[in-house]
Amino acid sequence: MKLPIYMDNHATTACDPRVVEAMLPYLTEHFGNAASRNHSFGWTAEQAVDKARAQIAALIGASAREIVFTSGATESDNAALKGVAEFYASRGKHIITQATEHKAVIDSARALERQGYEITWLPLDTEGLVKPEDVAAAIRPDTILVSVMHGNNEIGTVQPIAEIGAVCKARKVLFHTDAVQTAGKLPIDVEAMGVDLLSLSAHKMYGPKGIGALYVRRKQPRVRVAPLIHGGGHERGMRSGTLPVHQIVGFGAAAALAMEEMEAETARLIGLRERLRERLVAEIPECHLNGSLECRLPGNLNMSFAFVEGESLLMDLKDVAVSSGSACTSASLEPSYVLRALGVEDELAHSSIRFGIGRFNTQEEIDFVAERVIKAVSRLRALSPLWEMHQEGIDLKSVQWTAH
Amino acid sequence: MAYSNDVIDHYENPRNVGTLDKADQNVGTGLVGAPACGDVMRLQIRVNDDGVIEDARFKTYGCGSAIASSSLVTEWVKGRTLSEAMDIKNIEIAEHLALPPVKIHCSVLAEDAIRAAIADYKQKKEAK
Ligand SMILES: Cc1ncc(COP(=O)(O)O)c(C=O)c1O
Repeated sequence: MKLPIYMDNHATTACDPRVVEAMLPYLTEHFGNAASRNHSFGWTAEQAVDKARAQIAALIGASAREIVFTSGATESDNAALKGVAEFYASRGKHIITQATEHKAVIDSARALERQGYEITWLPLDTEGLVKPEDVAAAIRPDTILVSVMHGNNEIGTVQPIAEIGAVCKARKVLFHTDAVQTAGKLPIDVEAMGVDLLSLSAHKMYGPKGIGALYVRRKQPRVRVAPLIHGGGHERGMRSGTLPVHQIVGFGAAAALAMEEMEAETARLIGLRERLRERLVAEIPECHLNGSLECRLPGNLNMSFAFVEGESLLMDLKDVAVSSGSACTSASLEPSYVLRALGVEDELAHSSIRFGIGRFNTQEEIDFVAERVIKAVSRLRALSPLWEMHQEGIDLKSVQWTAH
Repeated sequence: MAYSNDVIDHYENPRNVGTLDKADQNVGTGLVGAPACGDVMRLQIRVNDDGVIEDARFKTYGCGSAIASSSLVTEWVKGRTLSEAMDIKNIEIAEHLALPPVKIHCSVLAEDAIRAAIADYKQKKEAK
């Protein structure tokens, strides 16, 4: 086993060696511009892009012509919200979304709000789930878009996308979902799920960074998005810019691998995650699961270890790369907005750790991480005045704290 | 975030962790911070009849810098008189540990903890 162990696969994933291998020729001999129509360099590049487009489309049950390449899911989310808002502004200026979205959606919605759009933030239950009835209730005559993510990148909660899609279809409102965390991990079918726009990112599915896609439905209905980036009219005018062929080839290869191996990999990831969770729950008193156990990304475990602060826990786990919802790990000094949106108390948000288990993690690594977490929590609790007070039976809520 | 070697040393080998008897007349206890803010420090001092701090103990819930700041002040207050201890400034703690700007509040909290422990001790004495 090699240290440090990478267990932060929601942040990014390692490029699969098979993906790298597929990419390399497109950095060397096949360097052509896919838009060059009059020589073989261009044709070779275009063919490679077409193949990748088909591989990515297949992963989500779309057709190749519905895939628009972007620089990543941040751009895809921006393009979906701002592009729909601009194109359909004459129909209405109301957009529905929810508070645990990635910042690429949240901040796009906020930017639109400043331009006169109205945003409705859906209520969430304590596991972070949206209820399709609440979506139905929020839709108004001037609603142009609903955006609800498929799998959450912090707490792993998987939303009832097909049910929300059905609501949107029935009410003829466009539906966007950010499927960055679920693509290649859970089955996705844009037809069955009633999705009109869907964001993808290659680097979360063992592909390269800097390439993503936006699925834009072409039939029933034909969805239009105003471009964010103007130029040479690439990607049917929706996203100009010379296509990064090697990145696209890598993205396509990653999609094909994910599709082939999804079933086996999902089962393996759930097994590893449950092994880790069960061990932690058995050995650490006062630890809490954040998010839903049933509706959850296979490789996601997010737990709060009460009376221990997350950043100090990360510091103790120095051979293990995981992340925390603690304020101290963010520039803003605010604890995780996702946990807050679920109504998790700030003290438990500060104590949260996200484990992101991925394709290259092994059972041996899981056992090592469990061991390290158990040791670290027990060491830090011995240092924690809160743990001592809790042991003495003091209700921490009854204490007058000196907030600073 | 990259930590200084001093922070790592105090974090990995915290000095003077523990609990003194809160009810002892010679013990002052300072509990500062709030769980919701992500850091709580408890500093306890035992003061002898000459007004010198002869022992100090801490427990801290917080990030590595908070743990290091409180561990460091237990070392610094020991052997000082109360008024000498009152002279410890957060800026010295921050400089000693090379805390980055976002962690300065940890040193402020450690200074607050010293003041709170001394105030508690004095209050006990006056109440007698
Ligand atoms: C749910 C979700 N959406 C969007 C993004 C942004 O993706 P990218 O890094 O490709 O811009 C991320 C990654 O941080 C994510 O987890």
